[in-house]
Amino acid sequence: MAIRVKGLWKYFDHFPAIRGLDVELELGRFLTVFGPNGAGKTTLIKVLSTQIGPSQGQVEVGGCVLPGQADRLRRRVGVISHNTYLYPNLTARENLTFFGRMYRVPDLEERIKMLLEEVGLSGRRDDLVRTYSRGMQQRLSIARALLHDPDIMFLDEPYTGLDQHASRMLRDVLKTLHTGERTLVMTTHNIEQGLEMCDEVAIQVRGRLVFRENVAAIDRAAFEQTYFDHVGKDFRWDS
Amino acid sequence: MGFLSQAWIIARKDIIGELRTRETILSMLLFGFLVILIFNFGIEPGLREENLVKPGVLWAAFTFAGILGLNRSFIAEKENDCLQGLLLCPVDRSVIYLGKFFGNFIFTLSMGLVVFLFFSVLYNVNLAQVALPLGAILVLATIGFAAVGTLFAAVSVGLKTRDVILSILLFPVMVPVVLAAAKSSGRVLDGVPLAGAGLWLALLVVYDVIFLTVSIMLFDYAVEE
Repeated sequence: MAIRVKGLWKYFDHFPAIRGLDVELELGRFLTVFGPNGAGKTTLIKVLSTQIGPSQGQVEVGGCVLPGQADRLRRRVGVISHNTYLYPNLTARENLTFFGRMYRVPDLEERIKMLLEEVGLSGRRDDLVRTYSRGMQQRLSIARALLHDPDIMFLDEPYTGLDQHASRMLRDVLKTLHTGERTLVMTTHNIEQGLEMCDEVAIQVRGRLVFRENVAAIDRAAFEQTYFDHVGKDFRWDS
Repeated sequence: MGFLSQAWIIARKDIIGELRTRETILSMLLFGFLVILIFNFGIEPGLREENLVKPGVLWAAFTFAGILGLNRSFIAEKENDCLQGLLLCPVDRSVIYLGKFFGNFIFTLSMGLVVFLFFSVLYNVNLAQVALPLGAILVLATIGFAAVGTLFAAVSVGLKTRDVILSILLFPVMVPVVLAAAKSSGRVLDGVPLAGAGLWLALLVVYDVIFLTVSIMLFDYAVEE
């Protein structure tokens, strides 16, 4: 099992962003979590990827119990977010060299060269990241997340702010990630993009998973209705 | 690769970014220069107690200019949410703290050296005679300043009023450093050998050790959301 979460609660001050969430995911599977803004999707990704600790509940990712074994897990986790985690005043190569050294990646120069070619940025490797378009920055953030060849990847709204062309390029790159035993969890509120590559889907509303199904068993139109039923029913926080 | 070399990778990244923009160091230098200049106009020429005032001017300029740099040190990490990317790296939080501390130490020390130079010109200080002892005091004071400042900058970076909060948090805790640095540099400017300020130097050393240790221990809580 790649991910096992039981009774997860996460509070910010006294506000529960996640409320008793349970989820399990087998190795090599791709789970997309849909949900409206404020559903707690980003908080879930942050807890699973060790960025924040759980307030309550059992969280096990890649065999590591969190938060106790977070240091061990970080070596195996890659995160792609709508925030790129890239330093704008460094070049693409400097950014990747920095993160590669932090992850102690062997043969770093070769790895950087290969990844920059994969994301189509080798021609601009010595340009400052602040001169990149949003789509280029997002592609570079994929290279950053893949530097240490993680076996578990978390994608938090990776399409946010991208135009159609950049979205398509990102989709092509993301398709290459779903290989072998790599486990992926993606959050999005875009049904079309979310359903495209995953094996399983879930709907998160008000800090809980309210729906879970294999994507093969889903009819897209029916799923859309299911999504809006859940979101429409539970969207009001004061209900 | 050891603990310190990983911390140095973070500091090096900050230095490369700063050399490219020079935003932090230039604003620190300009502010430090202005503080010294304004005090120079404010103090009556030929004042008998001028020697008592000089160290205060020097360390006020150092503290006010230094706080500008501390404020900026974590703002760069907030852009594109880089701090989260840094926290995801498989290193102990103390490595991240030390990396940011090294960067702040280097920027503040560089600013301090240039501010000392302005000071020596405007206040007729024979730098050749006092450069070494003043340099030693500067290094000790900068360690304490950067140790506490790095921790508080991490605490305040997520707040809208971070500039004010950082000052409110930092100034009271910095009192022993400013006091010890001003007293010991006052002795040096009076021509007393550095050994004559032994107690004040000891206070600086003890402060540095305690606050560097405490800050390393608390940094994990400072960056927790």
